[in-house]
This record gives sequence, structure tokens and C-alpha cells, in this order.
Amino acid sequence: MSDDGSPGEFGPLSLHVPEPAVRPGGAPDFSNVELDEAGAIRRPDVDANPEDIRDLAFSIIRVLNRDGEAVGPWAGLLTDDQLIEGLRHMMTLRAFDARMQIAQRQGKTSFYMQHLGEEAVSCAFRKALAPGDMNFPTYRQAGLLIADDYPMVEMMCQIYSNERDPLKGRQLPIMYSSKEHGFFSISGNLATQYIQAVGWAMASAIKHDTKIAAGWIGDGSTAESDFHASLVFASTYKAPIVLNIVNNQWAISTFQGIARGGSGTFAARGLGFGIPALRVDGNDYLAVFAVAKWAIERARRNLGPTLIEYVTYRAGAHSTSDDPSAYRPKTESDAWPLGDPVIRLKNHLIGRNVWSDDRHKQTEAEILDTVVAAQKEAESFGTLHAGGKPSARDMFEGVYEEMPPHLRRQRQQAGV
Amino acid sequence: MPRKTMIEAIRDAMDIMMERDENVVVFGEDVGFFGGVFRCTQGLQAKYGKTRCFDAPISEAGIVGAAIGMAAYGLKPCIEIQFADYVYPAYDQIVSEAARLRYRSNGDFTCPIVVRMPVGGGIFGGQTHSQSPEALFTHVSGLKVVVPSNPHDAKGLLISAIEDPDPVIFLEPKRLYNGPFDGHYDRPVTPWSKHDLGEVPDGHYTVPLGKAIKRREGSKLTILAYGTMVYVAEAAAEEHGIDAEIIDLRTLLPLDLEAIIESVSKTGRCVVVHEATLTSGFGAELAALVQEHCFYKLEAPVARVTGWDTPYPHAQEWDYFPGPLRLGRALVETLEG
Repeated sequence: MSDDGSPGEFGPLSLHVPEPAVRPGGAPDFSNVELDEAGAIRRPDVDANPEDIRDLAFSIIRVLNRDGEAVGPWAGLLTDDQLIEGLRHMMTLRAFDARMQIAQRQGKTSFYMQHLGEEAVSCAFRKALAPGDMNFPTYRQAGLLIADDYPMVEMMCQIYSNERDPLKGRQLPIMYSSKEHGFFSISGNLATQYIQAVGWAMASAIKHDTKIAAGWIGDGSTAESDFHASLVFASTYKAPIVLNIVNNQWAISTFQGIARGGSGTFAARGLGFGIPALRVDGNDYLAVFAVAKWAIERARRNLGPTLIEYVTYRAGAHSTSDDPSAYRPKTESDAWPLGDPVIRLKNHLIGRNVWSDDRHKQTEAEILDTVVAAQKEAESFGTLHAGGKPSARDMFEGVYEEMPPHLRRQRQQAGV
Repeated sequence: MPRKTMIEAIRDAMDIMMERDENVVVFGEDVGFFGGVFRCTQGLQAKYGKTRCFDAPISEAGIVGAAIGMAAYGLKPCIEIQFADYVYPAYDQIVSEAARLRYRSNGDFTCPIVVRMPVGGGIFGGQTHSQSPEALFTHVSGLKVVVPSNPHDAKGLLISAIEDPDPVIFLEPKRLYNGPFDGHYDRPVTPWSKHDLGEVPDGHYTVPLGKAIKRREGSKLTILAYGTMVYVAEAAAEEHGIDAEIIDLRTLLPLDLEAIIESVSKTGRCVVVHEATLTSGFGAELAALVQEHCFYKLEAPVARVTGWDTPYPHAQEWDYFPGPLRLGRALVETLEG
């Protein structure tokens, strides 16, 4: 062995494979989630020099404190009525999810993905946008539709792939599309639409429009090259976009550390691109709204992109095809330090004397009635294996604006 | 009529469309200030400004992905991938996104983009500047795939592609940029200025997508070709004195099946030729269609003459390239078969 750094001097190499703090059977451990006190993080001007706010990529902006009070510089943006509306949206999304989850178990559709624990992120973000803005969502942002009053019946018809399915049975359940509601067609592939959102935003700037775009991605999918392409393009062309990362801790069975590597946070990914990056408590409706509004204003004022990491927790399974008990402790979600977004907003409103347990229960019952009525109506148009369904003819339509001869021949062969 | 190179014709098409439609934007690697490594976009940034024609980061997925978002907004991006060999990082964007957006959103969102890229060998480009990946795109529902063989068609087809409401993959045989090439690599090059198909009308005109054209009348055998192989086919037929009919397909998807059936039904023999590798190549599709539709008119098996199933080599370029000798042998065999 020599002393000049030759092979062998430092012993054999070993590969580092990150592991979550705990596995099934163990006690949940979130000691790695460093929390800032609500109200502790400053609110810079939207035109702040990105260099001066790099620290915001490593803290967590929170508004609601332990006692349910809204505190600090990010508080005070929403009226009580707006907050009650926000609570109703989250409760509606939760009730919708619960019914559709059951419908899937009853065989009325093939697949479903719920939002449990993450309702605040998409519901609050939608309220910070203006009409005409465009989201490029992933599969866990249906709050963007619910909070924009998109008809639940249409969502359910899509989930059931029935005769009223606005997408004619062509897409997997929950891969909605609504240009009118600023909700880009969900692909189902991961990360691909992040860069499309940047392109949409660039187009808005090219046309001297006033609309902005919002890209959505999960913690796991930030590992895709499309994520990095998005950050390069957004940064290079100062695209009017909000780049959202929903860090719900789990990518199916893979904990967020596998995608994050040595970087302290996902928000910090933006720093190398010179993009202002903020981390926010994703289970705090008020904080999500405040940070979204800040970033949206930056985009609107042509100051360029903002990256936001929403720190949240996927309390449910990834999808109806997933069983989280195989890879994480069953009680892990109870130990999640940022709590439940619905309960936190409820407690805040009760503390402000504009809400009560009774009113909450009553609202829950009303919402359930509305969801059940919508479900009944949707099911009258069929479910995946029963009742009305899209025609086989629809399968051949819409591949191109005009059907080319080879598809016409194939449709004839199929006898439809 | 003015004669132009294929590069000038392609530039002319973009120029005309940018002039007519302010939603047409052009971008790609080295495309803006410099005008593209093959100079296809030269002058466009100076003329239309740098928000209509600009340089992109070296990120093919980013270029195509951004174009999809722009198209969904309402622009008509005509983007350049520097070489077809570099398109693979963007393949997911093309296959999973651009091609399916109209279908999966039931027309709520559409994707009128044109993805231009140089294809084919014959320039000693080795495996990273020579590939012909057309079959990777013709296999994808929702795309249109175009391969022009001359300046006149290149301009008319590119204008059609930009005006098309759906995504179009526009493959430009780079060996044809400056003149026709018949595979005789050891002979002097003919420039487009000395070829009739270098005649490019001024102003706006279209060559429709989905329409083939007969490049040579013949009665004994049909050669199905596109791009560079059109000239290889002409040379092979001339040199072997074969009364061959040559169909230049021009658009591979949608395909002009009628033109193929009409010709093969008349000649009873068919040779398919392309530069891309053999296995699962577009020639397999052509051969299958010919036997499906012309089986009882065929007097010989359909032959395929293609690049070998190897990566595109550097030093052995002319052993790989399906030139007039190899094609000529196949023509003779098919005539005797």
C-alpha cells in the first residue's frame, strides 16, 4: 500500500442506498422533519432578489399555530367567508374521494386515487389563481376542479367511463381534462407535463398575455429529467409560472429520500437555477394560499418562475392498487407532525367563533348528500361494467382532427 | 422559376408561415442567432425577433415538451431537433404526450406542432448523425410522418405540416439538403440548381400530406421509396435497364395506399427500399400492405432492400448504405422471380 492515493489505500468502496427512518413494525419517526414555528418565517417582497431569499428553500412557512391561530407575516389574506368556503372545498374533496374509493371497491370503476391529507394543497392553490390561468396537474390535484366548482357529476362520469364521460372512455379514471377550468389534460406519465406548463407560460409571455401557468409534480418525479428541463427552461426564459412540488413523503413505496439524494430539500433544487424557492406547510390552508398568491403575483408581474415545495403527507394509499402497510408503519400518518388540513382549518374557524362542531357535522352531512346525489346521477349514465358506456366508434374518433383512411378502414373492420 | 436548395426551400416555408401567422414560432438548439447547424433557420430571428425564433437549451425533451405546452396555448411551434439521432430524450414527449393529447382530452386540448429533424446517412456522420428512425414514429397513433425528397416538395410539405392541426414529424434527409444523391458516392455531386425538382415557386403553396407521387413511369416492377432512396431507385433502374415504376411516398403516415395498390396491381412486382435498418422497419409495413391488397396480382415475393441491422457505422458507411448496386441486384432478382 502506498501513500499517494493509489487504489486500495482507503479500503473497498460501498454503495449508499438511503432508507426511510422506519419500516412496518417500527414506531413512526418524523424527527427528520424540522419544523419552524408558525409565523416565524419572513415574507419578502415579491420582487426580492432571489439571492437574498435562498434560506426560504430550507424553512417551512406556516400560518396556523398549535392553538389554531393565524399568525405572522403570511397571515391575514383571507376573510372568514373565504376560509369557510375553503373548508367546504376540502371537505367536499374528502367526501368525494371516500365515495369513489368505495365505488372502486364495488367494481364500478377500475381505479381510483384519493387525496387524503393533501386536500389543502390543490384547494387553496386554485383560489389564488385567476380565470384563464392554466394548471398542468398530476393525479392528486382534483381540488383544483372542486374549488373551481367543476361539476362533480362530470368528474364521476369520467371515473366511471360511462356514456356521459367527457373523455369518451379513453382515459384512465381521474385523468380529467377541462380547458374551461384551467385544468390541462392529465397524461398519467410522470413529470412530462411540468415542461409543458413552462411552454404554455412562455407562450403567454410571447403573446403579451396576462395569464400564468402552474406546473405540478410529486417528490418522487422530481428525479425525472423532464423536471430538470423544466427548471432550465423556466429559469432561462423567466417564464410566468409557479412550479409546484407536492412532497407527500412517499412515491408509491419509495420514500422521498430516494429522489432527494443529498439535497436538504426539494425546494433547494430551484436554487441552482436561480429560481426563488419556498417551502410551505402543505397541510395549512392559509399558508398554502399565501405562498401561492406570492408566487402567482411574481409570475403575473413578469418576475419569472417560483418553485414551491408543499410539505405534506399522503395519509392514504397511493392508489386503489396500493397497500402502504407493506412499506410503512400503519400508524405513521397519525404521527405526521403537520396534522390534518381539514381539522386544522376547522379549529382555526372555531377559534374565530365563526364555526362550531355542530355546524361542521351538519356541513359534513350536507356535503355527503350532495356527493351522493351527484353519484346517483352519474351512475344513471352507467358505470364501468354496467349501463351506458361510450361507443366502440368513439375509440376511433379524435386520434386526428380528420380521420385518415387507414383508421376509417379499421373502424369498418371493427364493424362500428 | 427560381431554384433553391432544400435548405433554402425549408427556410422559405418557415419564413412564409411566420409572415402569415404570428402564432408560428421556431426554436431549437443553435436555431436562433446562428440559424441552425444546417442553416435552415438562418435570418428568421433577425426578421421576426427573438421571441418568434430563438435558441433552446440542449434538452430535446424540454424543446418538445415546451412546444406541446405552447401548442396547447394556441401557438404553432415548428421546432428543430438538431439530428434525428438526438430525438430519443424527447421520445416520451412525442409518443405519450403530443400524439395523444387530442385523443385523451377529447379535443379539449390539441397539439399542432411540427418537429423537424435531419435524418439519414451519407455524410460520414457515424452512428450519432446518420439514423433514420421513421418507423419509431410511424408506429405511433396520432402522429403524421413526412419525408420530402426534393426542395419543391420540402417547401410544400412543410407548409402543409405547419398548417396541419395535429403533430407532424418532419424528417429531412440531410444528404439531400444540397443536391440529389443516387448512392454513387464516388461521383461528383449534382446541386439542386441543376435539377428540375430544385425549382421552387415563390410564395405560399402546399403539397398535401398523405399523397405519394410517381417519380418514374414503368410497367414491370414497382419501387416504393422515400427520401434519398428515390434517387438510388432511379439510378438502379436506369443502370439495369429495368422498366420500373418509382413511387415517392413523401408521407409515411398517413400513407397513400391507393397509389401503392394502383402501381403494384399494374406491375405485379414490388421492391421496397429504405435506408433504415431492416427488422421492424417501415418496409415491413409496406410489404405487408402490398401482400394484403395485391396478393393475387403479385408474380414475385415483395423484396426489401435496406440498411443492415447494425448501428450506422462510420468507416463502413458505403457498405451499410443500400446503394444502387444492392438495389439493382434486388430488382433483377424480383424481375426473374
